[in-house]
Amino acid sequence: MDQFLQQVINGISLGSIYALIALGYTMVYGIIKLINFAHSDVYMVGAYVGYFSMTTLHLGFFPALLFAMLVSTLLGVVIEKIAYKPLRNATRIAVLITAIGVSLFLEYGTMFFVTASVRSYPAMTGLLAGSFKVGNIVISMQQILIVVTTVILMILLQFIVKKTRIGKAMRAVSLDQDAAELMGINVNTTISFTFALGSALAGAAGVLVGVYYNSINPLMGVLPGLKAFIAAVFGGIGIIPGAMIGGYFIGAVEVFVSGYGNSMYRDAIVFAILIIILIVKPTGLLGKNTREKV
Amino acid sequence: MKKIYEVHGMKKLVSLALTFLIIQLLISTNIIDDYLQATLVTICINIILSVSLNLITGFTGQFSLGHAGFMSIGAYVCALTVIRMPTTLGFILGVFLGAATAALVGCLVGLPTLRLQGDYLAIATLGMSEIIRIIFLNLKITNGAAGLNGIPQFVNWLWLFIFTAGTILLITNFLKSSHGRACISIREDEIASESIGINTTKYKVIAFTFGAFCAGIAGALYASYFYFLKPDLFGFLKSIDVLVIVVLGGLGSISGSIIAAILLALISTYLQSFPEVRMIFYSLLLVIIMIFRPQGLMGSKEISFSVFSKLGNFFSSKKGRV
Repeated sequence: MDQFLQQVINGISLGSIYALIALGYTMVYGIIKLINFAHSDVYMVGAYVGYFSMTTLHLGFFPALLFAMLVSTLLGVVIEKIAYKPLRNATRIAVLITAIGVSLFLEYGTMFFVTASVRSYPAMTGLLAGSFKVGNIVISMQQILIVVTTVILMILLQFIVKKTRIGKAMRAVSLDQDAAELMGINVNTTISFTFALGSALAGAAGVLVGVYYNSINPLMGVLPGLKAFIAAVFGGIGIIPGAMIGGYFIGAVEVFVSGYGNSMYRDAIVFAILIIILIVKPTGLLGKNTREKV
Repeated sequence: MKKIYEVHGMKKLVSLALTFLIIQLLISTNIIDDYLQATLVTICINIILSVSLNLITGFTGQFSLGHAGFMSIGAYVCALTVIRMPTTLGFILGVFLGAATAALVGCLVGLPTLRLQGDYLAIATLGMSEIIRIIFLNLKITNGAAGLNGIPQFVNWLWLFIFTAGTILLITNFLKSSHGRACISIREDEIASESIGINTTKYKVIAFTFGAFCAGIAGALYASYFYFLKPDLFGFLKSIDVLVIVVLGGLGSISGSIIAAILLALISTYLQSFPEVRMIFYSLLLVIIMIFRPQGLMGSKEISFSVFSKLGNFFSSKKGRV
């Protein structure tokens, strides 16, 4: 039982990170129907910015987190403006190939500048370094930090999407781009804003992962990115609460497979889940079926 | 009509024989040394891979990111066969067993996943190839992450040529048949082709299986030339490598794929010692092609002999004017 609860705690921490990344995928997909492969590399860049602001600039955790989010936001917007905007009216495959290109560019560009070697995050100090026991379960302060940061960011996101003008514009554009434009919504600004929001969350996830796992490298985004995307598909792509549920679900599955089964097959099982969802219910857990019209 | 066809066929045969003889001559006179020969093998394998991916993605319009998975199946099955049966017969058997296994897996995977559209299919095929890689990583018979070593080498220019030319001929002829036309119609408009009575799922699965078969051949050739296999060789990046070739050459152009495969192999030979720069170059190439020339180098056009005669006319008319 203790082991089970411990796995639940680990699953929630890991799931929070997947959920943060998945939100970016799901928002971008909801608004321009693009699997933004570069999203996972924005997350990687976020981790590196966090690393350099903690080591070179000697910032504390929270300033580093904010700085990483800021840089990621800028990066996301720049990617959208340079690579995706010229392709607004191109085929979906063309945009998808571009996204793969941008993703590879970020990965190997980063590798070129900071080398491929693994770097370890500075250790947390003071209150954040501790951990405490509830019964036989160990909860580290880092896990609490991850979960609390994630929850705060999610509440903030829900507030922006549901209560603000720009959030309303986002929802309108994702429902019907042409109609939204006719109502006087600036579609380009709205799309850029969506990228900005998603990238900020990815940057935050990058720093949190750096703190949690202690090691970062230029290809660290590839697998978590794919899994976060699977999480978004699981919850129903384009649906914000779906991405959160999916993130926690995938995190839990991964932790339980490594805990009770064979950790070598962890990734295979996550991919198998993806294929099963796509076949059984491609719209995901919370998605609704829409029929294709000619 | 029949006569024209015969003349065209003759031209094809002569040009194939010439290509074979010229390269054979260069190899036997040692102008193409061992190092260049490895590049030659890479080019041929990439041609097979890209032409078969072009069948799936360029002609049938089904975006697949799992080509490396099929390649790895062909490679491992062939390697395991040849290790147990180190004869030429064993090699041929290995190639066909590898290709057949890849085709079987392609068919089994294709049946459920090809109902998905566009980017969902891309992700499903990517997931599939990752699953295949992880299985090879964990199996005992494939020696896990350490990989298979000491695979007997049977591939020489003759085999390479037979399989490469064979694949290209098979696929071009398939595309000229009514089945191939049905595949192209699916790319143009799936709903419209369904409404004129084309069984879209069937043709998608046929194209996918055929593509997987050819990828299996490519993998088998790879295994039998480079002695050594490990699962990491067939990751996501390998699929991307093939995709770059197809996209650069033009989605829907066989000759485009061939030209792009040769071009990129030569470029990466030069960038061999800077792997990061090579990948940066590849990624920029992808983005720039998609933004400025989304149809690729050749679009959906093919180079054929008529191009040469047209060029001839063009130059002679120019001379006439001057």
